[in-house]
Amino acid sequence: MRLARIAPPLTLLVLVGPLAFGLAGTLLPAFGYLPSLGGTRFSLDAFHLLAGTPGIVRSAATSILAGLVTTLLALLCVVAFAAGHLDSPLFLRMRRLISPLLAVPHAAAAFGFAFLVAPSGLMMRLVSPWLTGLDRPPDVLIVHDPMAITMVAGLVIKEIPFLFLVMMAALPQLRHKETLQLGRCLGYGRVASFIFLLWPQIYAQMRLAVFAVLAYATSVVDVAVILGPQLPPTLPVRLIEWMNDPELQTRYLASAGALLQLVATFAALLGWLGIERIGGLLVSLPSGRGLRFRHDRPARHAALAAMALSALMVFGGIAMLGLWSLAGLWQFPKALPSAFTLDRWSAALPRILDPLVTTLWVAGISTAIAVVLTILCLERELETGRGQGGRSLMLIYLPLIVPQISFMFGLQVLAIAAGVEGTAASLVLAHLVFVLPYVFLSLSDPWRAHDRRYDAIAAGLGMSRTRALMRVRLPMLARAILTAAAVGFAVSVGQYLPTVLIGAGRLTTVTSEAVALAAGGNGRVIGVYGFLQTVLPFLAFAIATAVPNLLFRHRRGLRL
Amino acid sequence: MTKTEGLALDGITIRLGGRRLIALDAQVGRGEVLTVMGPSGSGKSTLLAYIGGFLDPAFEAEGSVRIDGSDLTGLAAEDRHAGILFQDPLLFPHLDVAGNIAIAIPQHSGSRRDRRRMAEAALADAGLEGFGDADPDTLSGGQKARVALQRVLMSRPRLLLLDEPFSKLDAHLREQTRQMLFATARQAGLPVVLVTHDEADAAAANGRVHRVGDS
Repeated sequence: MRLARIAPPLTLLVLVGPLAFGLAGTLLPAFGYLPSLGGTRFSLDAFHLLAGTPGIVRSAATSILAGLVTTLLALLCVVAFAAGHLDSPLFLRMRRLISPLLAVPHAAAAFGFAFLVAPSGLMMRLVSPWLTGLDRPPDVLIVHDPMAITMVAGLVIKEIPFLFLVMMAALPQLRHKETLQLGRCLGYGRVASFIFLLWPQIYAQMRLAVFAVLAYATSVVDVAVILGPQLPPTLPVRLIEWMNDPELQTRYLASAGALLQLVATFAALLGWLGIERIGGLLVSLPSGRGLRFRHDRPARHAALAAMALSALMVFGGIAMLGLWSLAGLWQFPKALPSAFTLDRWSAALPRILDPLVTTLWVAGISTAIAVVLTILCLERELETGRGQGGRSLMLIYLPLIVPQISFMFGLQVLAIAAGVEGTAASLVLAHLVFVLPYVFLSLSDPWRAHDRRYDAIAAGLGMSRTRALMRVRLPMLARAILTAAAVGFAVSVGQYLPTVLIGAGRLTTVTSEAVALAAGGNGRVIGVYGFLQTVLPFLAFAIATAVPNLLFRHRRGLRL
Repeated sequence: MTKTEGLALDGITIRLGGRRLIALDAQVGRGEVLTVMGPSGSGKSTLLAYIGGFLDPAFEAEGSVRIDGSDLTGLAAEDRHAGILFQDPLLFPHLDVAGNIAIAIPQHSGSRRDRRRMAEAALADAGLEGFGDADPDTLSGGQKARVALQRVLMSRPRLLLLDEPFSKLDAHLREQTRQMLFATARQAGLPVVLVTHDEADAAAANGRVHRVGDS
């Protein structure tokens, strides 16, 4: 296929181009060069200014630590749960429960979490006044706590489903059932069999995804705005404040800060390499001594409880968003509103319509481009037999590991210079940078696992490659393609930073509007936006499931 | 080259990382069967992939493949018209049974409805009348094998490549399918290359046997 030949370079351009240009666009202003603002001379002024900013060290340190703790806790939960329960009936039920949580946008999950844990939130209401004696919300700082504990907790419950699914994707390539049986026959406990015999291989496969979680958690903006500390905020939140500062000279400072963010994320990655070492020792020392850990029941129960709690928090949070959006009067200790009303929805709908339409077309177009590029790349990979190596995987993960804010800001600078900020094309492209990796990661496994003998048969029947692709491969992989598209759609709907920076306020989405409401603190309106934000990806996944079921309802070989 | 009818394999060598897997010269006349015998992992299937034009780029291969005097070696897989059958019938699961056959009929062979009618007729020939609308996954193993054979025949192949096509069938069905396949190939005058590890297949094929990977 001739078209497939240009797909890999084009994909590379989409993945690396914005990254390279964006970093350059951050680097130059950081060193004083920004001709549109009169900066034509290189200097270190911005860095001096940055170093003199009060609380900057604390902001950066909080970001680094929050990233490390989030990643460690989420990974521990997932590992402990899999180690204790892999393949049990309960495990399969939890797996079905957790998978859809991936679709929940970060901002919506964070809002829902805030509604649960805030002093006036559901959890406090459930124990008041009978346990606490309170008839008004206690005056404590839970959301926005200075230690960032709430922010880390909110990130952990949202990263658990992602790491869990990445781990599930790594499992089929290992003979895990036989390995675990072997371990138990040798007298090792369930958890010990998993950790000693399987985990090192699994981790090697999911390492890049773990890096992506770490980089995300150190540089996240939307969750930090909603749940994170305020005096001072984490580094990425301060950056976005500087970027939005009407005083244009602050842009030099913001650029220097974006570089600091790059360094902070890199420092967190170095710290993680240290944690990997320690973790490796913690596994190899006891396994070297042949410790069996036969009595691991408490650990298994604890892991199950942690996993169930995190899923419950996300689901409960979404339910709270829905409830708040419909709530009339809802006084403090009451667990349910005294009245329900559609007023908020009818008031919000006219204002939400434009962002909603923008959300849909940006997500639709960026996903469509990502799916086509991915299919052509994978088709090209079949033709050449190249492109499956670790280096191409690294390139796909690159936009997910370099902190978004460090190159998106530079892209904004370039977009302004080129006069294309706030245009449809540039917004779609900005989303595509993040949609494409997820679509590719989601589709490449089923694509490569597809039985190649079907291709041989199709060719033997005289079908050209294009015809074989259209008539055989695409229909047989329809389910995987639609799932990948739903993943891409969900990623686009959840994007906050690219929308704010490249949309330039002219193009807004449900997510950027929702996060903008965080400062106002009107729970009912937040409920409307947050709930709508969650519904969109869920709809996409529902369609991705329903369409193949309907098309292939008389085809047993394609049923799940 | 005196004989131009049938399949001519000249100086075929297939290597993987410097190790030679296949070295073969052979003539297969119309309706004749060349059997390639070897243990699993000997690389015997790569010969079929080379003849069919879908050899993985990881292999290095040379030698010419000619059919009735015309050279296939440089052609794309879809232009060679080399019908292939595997041990699994591999019916396309998203199409109905007649659709599986209709998709094999060469282009410009009539309207959609004509093609459908040709497919139904081919099914009837195979004793599967009325199965056109069925879901392929509901057929028995023997029925699936017959649909797969009709599918390959309807594409008007110039030769047949068989990759252990009997190994998954039970003893009774295996004998029956063998008879049917070889008789069909003889009737249609198709040269056949059969890859197998079963001596009984070679005996039933009643043609030249080439052994690979014996040590």
